[in-house]
Amino acid sequence: MTLPLMALIGALVVYPALYSIHLATLNKSMERFVGFGNFSFLFKRDLFWMVVKQSCIFAVSAVVFKALIGFCVAHFVHNVPAKGQRKWRGMLLIPWVIPPAMSTLAWFWLFDPSYSAFNWIFARIGLPSITWLGDPDWARFSVILVNVWYGAPFFLIMYLAALKSVPEQLYEAAEIDGANWWQKIWYVTLPMMRNIISITVLFSLIVTFANFDIVRILTSGGPIDQTHIFATWAFKLGIEGNDIPLGASVSLFMFPILAIAAVFILRDINRRGNEA
Amino acid sequence: MRPSLSSVPQNLSPGGVLAGKPAKTGSMKGDRRRALFWSYFFLVLFAIFFLTPPIYMMITSLKSSAEIGAITNPWFVYAPTLENYTALLGSEQYLTFFKNSAIVSLVVVVITMLISIPAAFALARMKFWGSATLGMGIFLTYLIPETLLFIPLFKIFAWIQDMTGIEVMNHYWVLMFIYPTLTVPFCTWIMIGYFASVPKELDEAALIDGAGYLQMLTKIFIPVALPGIIAATIFAFTVSWADFLYPMAFTTSADQLVLPAGIVTILIRGDVYAWGQIMAACLLGALPPLLIYAFLMDYYIAGLTAGATKG
Repeated sequence: MTLPLMALIGALVVYPALYSIHLATLNKSMERFVGFGNFSFLFKRDLFWMVVKQSCIFAVSAVVFKALIGFCVAHFVHNVPAKGQRKWRGMLLIPWVIPPAMSTLAWFWLFDPSYSAFNWIFARIGLPSITWLGDPDWARFSVILVNVWYGAPFFLIMYLAALKSVPEQLYEAAEIDGANWWQKIWYVTLPMMRNIISITVLFSLIVTFANFDIVRILTSGGPIDQTHIFATWAFKLGIEGNDIPLGASVSLFMFPILAIAAVFILRDINRRGNEA
Repeated sequence: MRPSLSSVPQNLSPGGVLAGKPAKTGSMKGDRRRALFWSYFFLVLFAIFFLTPPIYMMITSLKSSAEIGAITNPWFVYAPTLENYTALLGSEQYLTFFKNSAIVSLVVVVITMLISIPAAFALARMKFWGSATLGMGIFLTYLIPETLLFIPLFKIFAWIQDMTGIEVMNHYWVLMFIYPTLTVPFCTWIMIGYFASVPKELDEAALIDGAGYLQMLTKIFIPVALPGIIAATIFAFTVSWADFLYPMAFTTSADQLVLPAGIVTILIRGDVYAWGQIMAACLLGALPPLLIYAFLMDYYIAGLTAGATKG
């Protein structure tokens, strides 16, 4: 009964993953084996190191802010009376539900150089207008902002579910011992939620690291390639630039982070399996 | 396996106790009221942050191009019009995108279920050689991002086209074969959890009554684990509706694009951005997932949280 599943995964996931390693060792016309030629070519280019740096900055800062916002907002939702919680939760999850390609277009329009609705507000309150996507630093900020906007609701839902599962007695006990709200979070909430926090962060790190939609639509890697991350650069080289081996080599650099995160997630799952 | 999030009275937060129990001291009561106030304050703040883009989408979609071009207050509609929507619904191109998306997503859901349900059933109930490893392996494949696979897949499908002469590139139906790689691992993974929670007594009773594995699956597992199957279906549908990378890589002709790729590549052309129409197209395109979410929110959220909590 698992045969169709194994066939699908084998043919369209495992095989391509291995095949991409093979592809990465070919020359541009895919006729000759060049070994590590593509990699040494990449290592010599400044743009490659820029992409490495940008991918890490993008993924790490986006995940940190998503987790922080998710954690805080989950507490706020948890604090309001129970009958209102459903409504708030429903409203706050909307960014996650809209297909990212479409919501990113809305952001693109909000950032538009001449019609930016944000700059309109800034002009009203006397702030200088910002070239959101035209300036490399602001463009980097913008892609991270949109990613945080899209991903934070996921953390919110996970943390809210985790908060609900913390037994109320623990807080009461802490309160009797004279703990203030900060101590309650530090000594009760965080230890109880440690598992779910680590797993969502690792999950999100993988997904964010491999993100494509947001950068592609907002900046296409520009201005002057300053916001490229692995996925968009691989797309540009491999599909648009027709150099499939080079694109494959670039996308392979997502593999180490993936492997590290997978090891941690597996360890976590195994440990929980043993506890149960 | 109902989602445990829906209101659970005994888990009322300190703020919620305010109305019921008398507070111990006056200052504590004040503390709670203050906590509640700040919670609402920040919730409103974050709601504004989270809802600005969709609301702005809506505002823009109701404007005519003339009004957008005139740089009036971007946050207000002076002359609301539905012309963008009527233009889209009358445009053959947009309807083609919509039709392609709908066909692909529905077929992917069916394929996913046909593969995932038997596999999850086998992995949850039959202990065979390597079943535990296989379960882990499925989870691992879920972690391989599409951005790692699109280039080799592109090459593989190009090779298939060369070998067999079947035109697979640049046809929307090729996505039906590719999307299951996104949906099947996760759906199988969460359904293993749901199936494993079906009481063993039920299948023993069925075995005694002479049911085979197939009957056991259709008469017991599918009905009992229905919430899980619904959650997985929703996941499969929304993922295939929203995917952007694969259609960008595999399809280029205007009549073969699905919604996300279609809006981005065809509607945005050159310097003349018909933003009212683009925003209307996005909003209409986001409607199916939003409607599913609105009506099946509990299942939607159950599917979301199951991935990490079932582990």
